Amino acid sequence: MTASAPAQPTNGVPENFTPPHPSLHTNRVLPGFKVSLGFTIAYVSLIVLIPLAALAARPWEHGWAGFWSVLTDGRVLASLRLSFTTAGAAAVLNLFVGTIIAWVLTRYKFPGVKILDAFVDLPFALPTAVAGIALCTLYATNGWVGSLFAPFGIKIAYTPIGIFIALVFVGLPFVVRSVQPVLADFDAEVEEAALTLGAAPWQTAIRVILPGLAPALLTGFSLSMARAVGEYGSVIFIAGNMPYISEITPQLIIIKLQEYDYAGAASVGLIMLLWSIVILAIINAAQMWLFQRGRA
Amino acid sequence: MSLTVSNITKTFTKFAALSNVTFEAEPGEFLALLGPSGSGKTTLLRLLAGLDQPDSGAIAFDGEDFLQLNARERRIGMVFQSYALFRHMTVADNIAFGLTVRPGKERPSKSQIKAKVDSLLKLIQLEDLGKRFPAQLSGGQRQRVALARALAIEPRILLLDEPFGALDALVRKDLRRWLRRIHDETGVTTVFVTHDQEEALDLADRVVVLKEGRIEQIGKPLELYRDPSSAFVFEFLGANNQAAGTLRGSSVDFGGFSVPAIVKGAADGTAVARFRPFDTQVSRSGPGFPVKVLSVLPAGANLRLELQGADGQVYETQHAHDQETSDLKAGDTVNLLPTKVYVFA
Amino acid sequence: MRARPAEAPKAAGAIGLSLVAVFWLGLIILLPLVTVLFEASKGGIEPFLAAVAEPDTIAAIQLTLLVAAIAVPLNAVFGIAAAWCVTRFEFRGKGLLLTIIDLPFTISPVIAGLVWMLLFGAQGWFGAWLRLNDIHIVFALPGLVLATILVTFPFVARELIPLMNDQGTDEEVAARTLGARGWDIFFRITLPNIKWALLYGVLLCTARAMGEFGAVSVVSGHIRGQTNTLPLQIEILYNQYESVAAFACASILAGLALITLLLKSVLEWRFAGELAANRRH
Repeated sequence: MTASAPAQPTNGVPENFTPPHPSLHTNRVLPGFKVSLGFTIAYVSLIVLIPLAALAARPWEHGWAGFWSVLTDGRVLASLRLSFTTAGAAAVLNLFVGTIIAWVLTRYKFPGVKILDAFVDLPFALPTAVAGIALCTLYATNGWVGSLFAPFGIKIAYTPIGIFIALVFVGLPFVVRSVQPVLADFDAEVEEAALTLGAAPWQTAIRVILPGLAPALLTGFSLSMARAVGEYGSVIFIAGNMPYISEITPQLIIIKLQEYDYAGAASVGLIMLLWSIVILAIINAAQMWLFQRGRA
Repeated sequence: MSLTVSNITKTFTKFAALSNVTFEAEPGEFLALLGPSGSGKTTLLRLLAGLDQPDSGAIAFDGEDFLQLNARERRIGMVFQSYALFRHMTVADNIAFGLTVRPGKERPSKSQIKAKVDSLLKLIQLEDLGKRFPAQLSGGQRQRVALARALAIEPRILLLDEPFGALDALVRKDLRRWLRRIHDETGVTTVFVTHDQEEALDLADRVVVLKEGRIEQIGKPLELYRDPSSAFVFEFLGANNQAAGTLRGSSVDFGGFSVPAIVKGAADGTAVARFRPFDTQVSRSGPGFPVKVLSVLPAGANLRLELQGADGQVYETQHAHDQETSDLKAGDTVNLLPTKVYVFA
Repeated sequence: MRARPAEAPKAAGAIGLSLVAVFWLGLIILLPLVTVLFEASKGGIEPFLAAVAEPDTIAAIQLTLLVAAIAVPLNAVFGIAAAWCVTRFEFRGKGLLLTIIDLPFTISPVIAGLVWMLLFGAQGWFGAWLRLNDIHIVFALPGLVLATILVTFPFVARELIPLMNDQGTDEEVAARTLGARGWDIFFRITLPNIKWALLYGVLLCTARAMGEFGAVSVVSGHIRGQTNTLPLQIEILYNQYESVAAFACASILAGLALITLLLKSVLEWRFAGELAANRRH
C-alpha cells in the first residue's frame, strides 16, 4: 500500500497493527459502565472540580490588577521564594540520599534491613502534626539535635533551616519508593555484560544503571518537591512563621483566610494549584518515558 | 439448520476484519474455523459468543435471532484461549459457577449441582482434583476444566478459541482425540478456531477456511485436501512445491514430459503447477526435472528429500523406502517427476 | 530477565553506602518517632493517662474516628467505581479522569481546605445562603469530612486501577458467557480478586484520613471539644505549652502509624502477587 492510497478499510491485518486491548471489545459485554462512570464523574465533580472551579473563579474580584497586586506583594513574594527554595533544596538532597538508600535497600542484605525498609514509609503514615511537634522539639536549641549545633551559633528550629529539615523528612520516601522498584527490576545480565566488557563496578553504576533510573529519579524528585511546596503540618511548628523570613506560602493562605481576604487567599492558592498541575504533567511525562523504555 | 451466519461484516477503525461471511452449522456438527493470524477467525468466534457486534449481517440459532441476545442470554459454552479460569475458586466451584449464578427459580438444587459437577469431573477424567485451584493444575488439565465449565451450562453451542494453542505438542495430540470423543458423547454443536491445518483436518466434520476476512472455501477435510478451490487453500493445507509449465487441457507440459493436472479455473498457457511432496517420483534415468540431492532425511516410514533444480528452485519430496530411493545420498543427480499437479487461476 | 539478588555488603564502598543509608534513615526518620515516644513517657504513666482522659481529647478522638468512618467508605466505593469504569471500558476523556484522580497527591492540603472555604465559608459562594438557612458546613462536621475526602480520595482508586488493568477482563467475560449477572460478576469474580489490594488502599486511606492536619485545620474553626480532630488538638496543646499532653496525643497517632506500617508490610509480604506492582503515594 502506498502513502497516497485512500483511507478506506483494507482486508486483512495491516502491518504493525496491534490488536485492540480486550477491554475495547467488552463495552457491551461487561455491565455497569454507565453506573460506574456516572458515579465516578459525579463524585469527582463534587469533590474536586466544583471546588477547584471556585478556586479558579475567586481571585478576579478586583480584576487582573487585584490578582497581580496580591502576587507582587512583598510578603507573598517572600513566602513563595522561601517555599520554593527550601522545597527545591530538600528535593535535591532527597534525590541524592534517597537514591543511595534505595540502592542499599535493594542491593544489600544485613540484619534489620527489612525493618529499615518498612520505616521508609513512616513520613507517609505519621500524621504531619505529630512529625511537626517532634521535629520542633528535636531541633530546638535545647533539643537532642538542636543542642549539638547551638554552641556554634547555629539555630535550626524557627529558621529556614528548620523548614528545610521538615521538608527533607516529608519528601524522602517519594524518591526512595520511586527508584526502588526500578532498581529491583534492573536486569542483572545487563550489569554483568558491562562487567565482562571491563567496566569497574562504579562505572557500571554510573554509566549503565543510573541512566536507566532517570525517569524514576525525575518522578521521585517531582513528587518530593510537590509535596514539599504544599506541606503545612510538619512545617508550621518548626518554621517560626516570621513574615518575610520564615513564613511559608500555605501559612500565608491561612492568614489571608483568617483576615477574610478570600480573594487574596484564592490568588495565592491558584498559583499553587497551577504549580501542582505542572508537576503532575512532568510526572506523567516521566511515566510515559519509563513505559516506553520498558517496551524498547 | 442449527447455526446460520449470513453476510456478516465487521470493520475495525483501520481495516475490515470480516466481509460478507456466510456459513451454516448442522446440529451436532464439529466445525473448524481455519486461517492464518489476521484472517478474522477469532473475531468471528467473538461475534458468535456475543462478545462483539457485527456491523451488518445476521446470526441465528434454531431460527432465533442471536444478535438480539447478549453474551449472557445466548447460553453458549465458550472456552477461552487463556482458559480464563476463576483463579480464586476450586476446580469444582469453577465448573459449578454457571449453574450457581442462575436466578433462584431456574437454579438447580445443591445436590443436583454437585451431581452435575461430579459427572463432568468424571468426563474430563479429573475426579480427584475437584478441590484443587487452577494454579495447581497443568496446562492440559486447565484446558479440560475450562471445557467442563463450559459444558456445565448445557450450552446450545460450544465455542473454542485455539483450544490447544497454549499446550505443547505431545499434550495437544492427546487432547485432540479426547476432545473429539467428548464431542461425540455430548453431541453439542461445536465451533473451534485454529491456525493449525493438521488440527482442523484431523478433528472437524467440516472446515471453514478464512483468508483476510473472507471465506475461501468450506468443505469436509478430505474434500478440501483433494479438491482445493484456490492456491491459498492448497498451500495452507500442507507442504507443497511449485514448478512452471504450460497448461494444455488437463495436463501440464514441462518440456519433454507432461503430467496430469487438476485444473481450477485456469486457462491454457503458461501456468504455475503445484504439487504435494508425496505426489512425486525420483529416478536416475526416467523422465523429470534434473535435480541435485541436497539432503536425505529418513523420517520414519518415509524418506524425505530436499532437491535443487538447475535454476536454483528447491523442492521437498516424500517417498516410501524403495530400491530407487534408499541408496540416494547428498550430491547425487536424479530426475524428479511430479505424478499429479494442481493449477489454479 | 532476572533481578540481581541482594548480598551482604563486603567492599569498602558498599559498607560506606550502607552506613550512610542507616545513619540518614535513623536521623531523619527514626529520631522524630523516638522523640514522640520519649516525650510522651517523660512524665510517667499518670500524666499520660490524665492527658488522654481529658474530655476535649476524648471528643477529638471521637470526632477523628467519625470523620474517618464517613470519608473512608465513600472513598472506597468511589475507588471501586472509578477502577471498574477505567479498567473495564474505553471512553473519551479517560486520561483526563486519571489525571484528576491523581491531583490530590500533588495538591497542598491547605488548598484542599481553602476550596471549601471559598464555597461554604462566610464570604464563600454559598456562604450567605447557608447562613440564612442556618446550615453549617465549614467549622462543622460536614466541612471536616469534605476536606478529608478531597485529600484521601485517590488512595483506593490508585491501588485498584493498576491491579485490575493487569488482571484483565478474561475471567469476568467468561463469567458473563456462563450467565452471571452484573452483581454476581462483581461479588463472585472481581471482588475476590482485588480484596487484598482494596484492603491495602483502605488502610492507607484510613491512616491519612485520621492524621490529616492541613486541610482540616483550614475548615475546622478550632472549637475545642467540638470541631477539633486529634491532630488539631495536638496543635492547640502544643501551642499552649502543654507538652506532655500534646505528646501523649501524638503518641496515640504515632502508634496508629506504626500499626499501619506493620499491616502494610504484612500485606505486602503475604499478598505481593495480589497487590498492584506499581505503587505511588
